[in-house]
Amino acid sequence: MASAADVARQEEGRKIRSRWLLSAPALVIVFIAAIGPLLVMLAYSFMTKGDYGDVKPAFSLDGWFSVLFQRDMFDDTLSLADAHLSIVWRSVRLSVITTFATLVLGFPTAYFIATRPRNTREVWVFLVTIPFWTNLLIRTFAMQQVIRNEGILNSLLIWLGIIREPLQIMYTDWAILFGMVYVYLPLMVLPLYASLEKLDFRLIEAGYDLYAGRLAVLRRIILPLVKPGIVAGSILVFIPSLGAYVIPRVLGGGKNLMLGNLIELQFGSGRNWPLGAALSITLMVLVMVAMLFYVRNAARSGGGHG
Amino acid sequence: MARARFDVRSQPGFGTIALFTFVVLYLPIITLVAYAFNASESLTAWGGFSLHWFGEAARNTAVQDAAWRSLVIALSAASVATVAATMAAIATTRTAPYRGLGFKYAFINLPLMVPEIVTAVALLIVFARVKVWTGYSGLGYLILAHTAFCIPFAYLPIRARLEGMDEALERAAADLYAPPWQVFRRVTLPLLRPGIIAGFMLAFVISLDDVVISEFVKSGGQDTLPTYMLGQMRREITPEVNAIAAAFLALSVVLVTIFFFINRKKT
Repeated sequence: MASAADVARQEEGRKIRSRWLLSAPALVIVFIAAIGPLLVMLAYSFMTKGDYGDVKPAFSLDGWFSVLFQRDMFDDTLSLADAHLSIVWRSVRLSVITTFATLVLGFPTAYFIATRPRNTREVWVFLVTIPFWTNLLIRTFAMQQVIRNEGILNSLLIWLGIIREPLQIMYTDWAILFGMVYVYLPLMVLPLYASLEKLDFRLIEAGYDLYAGRLAVLRRIILPLVKPGIVAGSILVFIPSLGAYVIPRVLGGGKNLMLGNLIELQFGSGRNWPLGAALSITLMVLVMVAMLFYVRNAARSGGGHG
Repeated sequence: MARARFDVRSQPGFGTIALFTFVVLYLPIITLVAYAFNASESLTAWGGFSLHWFGEAARNTAVQDAAWRSLVIALSAASVATVAATMAAIATTRTAPYRGLGFKYAFINLPLMVPEIVTAVALLIVFARVKVWTGYSGLGYLILAHTAFCIPFAYLPIRARLEGMDEALERAAADLYAPPWQVFRRVTLPLLRPGIIAGFMLAFVISLDDVVISEFVKSGGQDTLPTYMLGQMRREITPEVNAIAAAFLALSVVLVTIFFFINRKKT
């Protein structure tokens, strides 16, 4: 005879089964069109490269090997793959600079919004949200129109008499940098605003009462309190910057590749799918490391001093 | 003159930087839109106000096709994603932790964490093979790919809404002998509606905006509006691209505005 506990357990089991059934469509779709293909790609990174793209189903570490090294065509000597490393380095460098630049612009902006009267704050936030929801490609294209040789930035600088000849910004690292700062700026401002909005200004007043200067108040009171927002914003900017593809393609013009473009190249004219797969996994791991750093940081600042 | 009252909130220079930021955010967009109304052929000289390029874009059959395709994909992907996400959200909220709950959560949100270019090439290699095997190369691949990356975007607002909902109402309905389906349709669903609308709109916009995944998954002649524009940017650019971009921009602004007001009414 079934006891009450048994019935309850059966009921619980039935509920959990129906919960799995309910979530099945979402899980299946995400598996088929995201996670499954990523696993296939992981497998491809350990296979032999085919003659015209694609892979041959034979185990090989060449893909991973050529992320870092290149074999000389004639005498088989090994050397570091400078081309790849310089692109990885450019990706990391540009992403770090982008993060820093968005922070320098974004923090005062978020602070400015957070100190507006309550009823106008929403409007300022809305003004940040609009560019955020505008198509990335359109924003990249818009930036192109500003920094082109005949664009308004150059026209303005010439008109002001600062320069005589237009600056060649397009198709340089600067163009990518301008594009990324512009495109990812809202991703910095919004989380910063979220933590600045909660800032208790009585603490700042207390700081001034205790004879702290403005700089000391900013450094010793405001910055520590909004650190979670700074970390969140930095991660939100750093991660898409690292994987940027459209911005370097449109503004960097084929010469100044970033990791995303290098990956595409291997699946296109490079015809080295295992290398492309290995580079993709590398990019993913870099992103995951950044994310992990964020999660650990968030956990620490959540539980610690309040 | 009396000294200005000391304001504890103000930090020197912050206002100036903030204004500079807003100029930076809007100057490129305004430039882009302005040139869409340029009568001149070139992108450099101002030839007076004109709607010429909007007409040009609207008559271009490639643009019409791409716009229609974008709309079909976004509507299908957002609809399927919203239904799947709603079901998944119901299955993963308001429950005691059970085995696999954390797994489901991570699984559904994974597309958010993988760089788009990585997902795009992964889909490319898998779909390339499937296309050869099945011989089918229709819009299905694009819709499937879009649905997958739309699911987390639809899932998050729906889940957030569900977590704030009072379970007592549903229990009351069940106590009054409403069968489970009726409880869901008459109580849960109406309460959940704002979350579902937000999720759908988010998914729709995300799908409409996608460039990278579409660029890699599409077969020949399957340009969406963003991939069409990307293709045009490689060539000599005419203000026609500006006109398309401006129209697209207007659509985004309208959707964001609606979204903004829906969310504001709720709180």
